[in-house]
Amino acid sequence: MLFYAIQRIGLSILILVTSMVMLFSALKFIPGDPATIMLGSRASAEMRARITQELGLDDPVIVQLGHFFGRLLTGDLGTDMWSQRPVAQMVMDSLPYTLVLIVVGLGWSAMIGIPLGCYSAIRRNSFIDKFTGLVSVGTISIPSFVVAIYLILIFAIWLRWLPVVGAGEPGDFAGQARHLVMPGFALGLGWVGYLARIVRASMLEVMGENHIRTARAYGLPELQIVRAYALRIAILPTITLLAVAIGGLLSSAVFVEAIFARPGIGKLIVDAASMRNFPVVQGGVLTTVALFALTMPIADLLVAWLDPRVRATL
Amino acid sequence: MAPVGPGFFARMARRLRGDPLGALGLVLVLLLVFCGLFAPWITPFDPFKLNVPDKFQAPNLVHLFGTDNLGRDIFSRVIAGSRIALWVGVSTIATALAIGLVLGLVAGYGPRWLDNLLLLLFDSIYSFPTVILGLTVVTLLGASVATLMFVVIVIQTPAYARLTRTATLSIKSSEYIQAIESLGASKLRIILIHLLPNVVGPLLIVASMDIPSVVSLEAGLTYLGMGIPPPAPSWGRILQEGYSVIQVAWWIVVAGGIPLILTTLGFTFLGESLRDNLDPKLRRIL
Repeated sequence: MLFYAIQRIGLSILILVTSMVMLFSALKFIPGDPATIMLGSRASAEMRARITQELGLDDPVIVQLGHFFGRLLTGDLGTDMWSQRPVAQMVMDSLPYTLVLIVVGLGWSAMIGIPLGCYSAIRRNSFIDKFTGLVSVGTISIPSFVVAIYLILIFAIWLRWLPVVGAGEPGDFAGQARHLVMPGFALGLGWVGYLARIVRASMLEVMGENHIRTARAYGLPELQIVRAYALRIAILPTITLLAVAIGGLLSSAVFVEAIFARPGIGKLIVDAASMRNFPVVQGGVLTTVALFALTMPIADLLVAWLDPRVRATL
Repeated sequence: MAPVGPGFFARMARRLRGDPLGALGLVLVLLLVFCGLFAPWITPFDPFKLNVPDKFQAPNLVHLFGTDNLGRDIFSRVIAGSRIALWVGVSTIATALAIGLVLGLVAGYGPRWLDNLLLLLFDSIYSFPTVILGLTVVTLLGASVATLMFVVIVIQTPAYARLTRTATLSIKSSEYIQAIESLGASKLRIILIHLLPNVVGPLLIVASMDIPSVVSLEAGLTYLGMGIPPPAPSWGRILQEGYSVIQVAWWIVVAGGIPLILTTLGFTFLGESLRDNLDPKLRRIL
């Protein structure tokens, strides 16, 4: 188990390092003065000189790469040249908004999608099963930003039930919750159907296994078989899937945050990208990539720990 | 061996009759292709022509989807947008497919260290959430059609390369390849004549299922002002312009979103149906 854990985390770190080298070298491969690219054409000569000196852009590339990783290890993501604020601070200020949004989006879709998938598997070919199948294919494919805009049209413009812009005042929990309803719904909608399908498929597989037949032969109540014997195994692929989902959710969160003007990390990146403010984009991207890259091994380890069959082989 | 051979279309047609969702998907996809190919002949108005006296008209018999703040006919803009969506979707996926195919064959058939190196590269690209990778590239290169296409190709290539690699590895160890190898066939001959035809079929199906996600990525980045520059009537642009006047003209965002939903639905239904009806041999690789 320990060896597997080290191996799995090691691979993630390797991937993380490679993606950061890629991000770093992207700036070097692009023709033109890196300082100008980083600051945009509006930057003054003075600002360009300062960032060149501050980031050591005149040093050999390998030295720069060393400095780059050195700064990363100390949590220094650089400074935003426009507002003079540390990028790490800006990222940390916005990250909670995104995390809450993702937890809410994924949470409601799991709470509805998993039971729906279970029910569809047990009552196969029932009306609910067929309906779930149809709706899940439909909702998976609708882009989250279209859902978000339609929600705004219906619930904010026509019905005037929910607020559109921002994330609510600090300390006002009811207001913050109201600001989460539409973004959370838009983010999670596609995942309801997706989760239902995965759980249904894996549930069908487990329900056909020998230990379920044995449990039935002992005369255990069906509900207990489903809950205690089938779902515990059938849920495992879903955990891996939820980790992969984080990547997709971070992408969708960019749109959802931009549309609802929610001050999360997605909006931070979009705003910085539209001003071509590279240091801020880079800091935001590094943080999201790290978040995504570290979720994967955690999920894999969790599955290995939860599944006695996998645990035995390690 | 190729999945698309004589009798394929007849077989598909027979299967689609018993599969209403698949048939619906096919109709939607054909509709998109038709609109994209013949856009200039279908649009009732010039999608770029300003006609300010007619601005903000709700949908009516003359302007089916209404008009926007500059009096442009939304229906014409949506139809013209299908051409952009189709063009960006198909051309980028085709390029990514070609690059992915080559890299996947190299990874699967080449030396071990190269395989590991390429895998690490693919996984690293994969660890960037797509939209965020897109925004990074746009920051570096500036928003343009070329940047957008570059982004999509970078995002899509690893998926195809990985798929090709897996298929190559499974075929490589099969007996008939070993037999040919022992007869002294060159690597190039094995790859071109024996591996490629087996890999291309499943890859094409996966790629066609990716078109809607590329179309929505294009629309999404354009919505954020980082995709196709104005005044091109991308669906993302229609949504963005509509959102800024959503209080007075609800029909613009509705008209901009519906083609996106129909496109994704069409490709998804068709793709699901294709995959369910595939040869079991191909299904195993997918």
